[in-house]
Amino acid sequence: MNASLQARSDFTVIARWIPQRARVLDLGCGDGSLLQFLAHTRAVQGYGVEISPENIVACVRNGVNVIQNDLETGLAEIETDSFDFVILSQTLQAMRHTEAIVDEMLRVGRQAIVTFPNFGYWRNRLAVACGHMPVSDNLPYEWYDTPNVHLCTIDDFERFCARRKIRICERVVLNDGAEVAVAPNLFGQLAVYRFERLSV
Amino acid sequence: MNVELALPENGVGLVAPKVAHFAEPLKLRSGAVLSDYRLMYETYGELNAERSNAVLVCHALNASHHVAGWYADDPKNVGWWDNMVGPGKPLDTDRFFVLGVNNIGGCHGSTGPASNDTATGKPYGASFPVITVEDWVAAQARFADRLGIDRFCAVMGGSLGAMQALQWTIDQPQRVAHAIVIAAAPKLSTQNIAFNEVARQAIISDPDFHGGDYYAFATVPRRGLRIARMIGHITYLSDDAMMERFGRVLRADDFRFHFDVDFEVESYLRYQGEKFAEVFDANTYLRITRALDYFDPAKQHGGSLTRALASTQASFLVISFTSDWRFAPARSREIVKALLDNKRNVSYAEIDAPHGHDAFLLDNAHYHEVVREYFNRLARELAARAEP
Repeated sequence: MNASLQARSDFTVIARWIPQRARVLDLGCGDGSLLQFLAHTRAVQGYGVEISPENIVACVRNGVNVIQNDLETGLAEIETDSFDFVILSQTLQAMRHTEAIVDEMLRVGRQAIVTFPNFGYWRNRLAVACGHMPVSDNLPYEWYDTPNVHLCTIDDFERFCARRKIRICERVVLNDGAEVAVAPNLFGQLAVYRFERLSV
Repeated sequence: MNVELALPENGVGLVAPKVAHFAEPLKLRSGAVLSDYRLMYETYGELNAERSNAVLVCHALNASHHVAGWYADDPKNVGWWDNMVGPGKPLDTDRFFVLGVNNIGGCHGSTGPASNDTATGKPYGASFPVITVEDWVAAQARFADRLGIDRFCAVMGGSLGAMQALQWTIDQPQRVAHAIVIAAAPKLSTQNIAFNEVARQAIISDPDFHGGDYYAFATVPRRGLRIARMIGHITYLSDDAMMERFGRVLRADDFRFHFDVDFEVESYLRYQGEKFAEVFDANTYLRITRALDYFDPAKQHGGSLTRALASTQASFLVISFTSDWRFAPARSREIVKALLDNKRNVSYAEIDAPHGHDAFLLDNAHYHEVVREYFNRLARELAARAEP
């Protein structure tokens, strides 16, 4: 249990944003460790969405509600505005239909939270400048076996939000678990955003 | 006994069915009343001191109270869910007290159309009322009262059994902690009802049916029942599974230009029909297919399944199988959606299995792991509650 509660650095940032007993949907929830963490620290009522059979078993083992579903096909089972928060933790970059999933998140949730590896991090830029795709703790794949099809930088994501009438409520950029204040698009490894629809 | 050596050693082993008599009349949804009745049942494992570890396993169309184990006088008659229920199995009888009950209207020992009506001393036959899933749940709940079980740790079933589990959460919300709903649908589709109607017509149009009172003629509508079973069986298997298993394989080297068995699949269906007609009662088949047709908890709520499930309190595990076209995954997702709408705890697994509807009875590692982990969690909850 302690091992699974060993929070990833973005977990603590996310937990900070979520009030007690909120209703939370975690897309691509893996083994359910974020929801387990939020259940312990924030008493949330949480549901995960996962596609992998192994992760479904792991979520059931961890006592986390999980719905087996392919995120790429949308969230048809979930009513509009039925969650306080919809989280997509380190999965955005692996989604094929990036725009569609962000729309779905903002349909079913009041606010959305995404975390993704910042491709603008200086080490990533350096790797590309030296002629190679970066491989690191946050980007642990080789170019030929990576599930990441839509990598982006912090600046890219913010431009995406501006174009899609999305209001960014809060942003935290992390480097080895510590918050980055200066030149985040250069020094940040991991970006964590909370955002909502711009009211029309 | 040599025969014992051939039997699986990891099961619940030798079991014996028991009978419970009920003298208190049971009013059915149709308005009819069963003045007295009996239920055939089996139990596995031990009920704990708190009576909190009971799991009710509800059976589907052609199964019974004989969920697991085997009989001394019929060792080949292994329980229908023996791969699921037993020591160390996904539903572990070392930790849970498991109850299997043959439903009223059945033909495995509980009061049904072939039973003698105490008022007349003759078999009920055609006069046996039409029964519903709600009636079964009411009878099961009354039986739980007698066993001193206030609340089931879980009510579980596949197919029609899953519909009973769902009905339990609606009719007896305080008495079900968890519902495990496998290969279910919230109501039959038009096509499902159509298949049932063809099966019923096969039985009713058999000259040996005698309007349902064939017992008096010392005969059974065997031909009709055989055809009904053959039709049903086709809907339990996927197209791929049938192709894989039988293909277009012929029994002889070439076509024989006749209407007897040419293809292997014909032989298989005839065998299944034959076997079924030997043991199953045609009147029971009519009533159980009708119970399926009538199952529709949303009907009393303006067609809203969400409202139908609003009274539930249980946590749910819903499981479907990708190749099941009888009750396809989309049907299970309707249930999941209604539960999500009601903010119920629910997990949903869509098992990648090629076998069609029958997959819920078969071994499948992912499927059994999900159920095992779910019950592991329930066992941990029970243990935590038992600690002072």
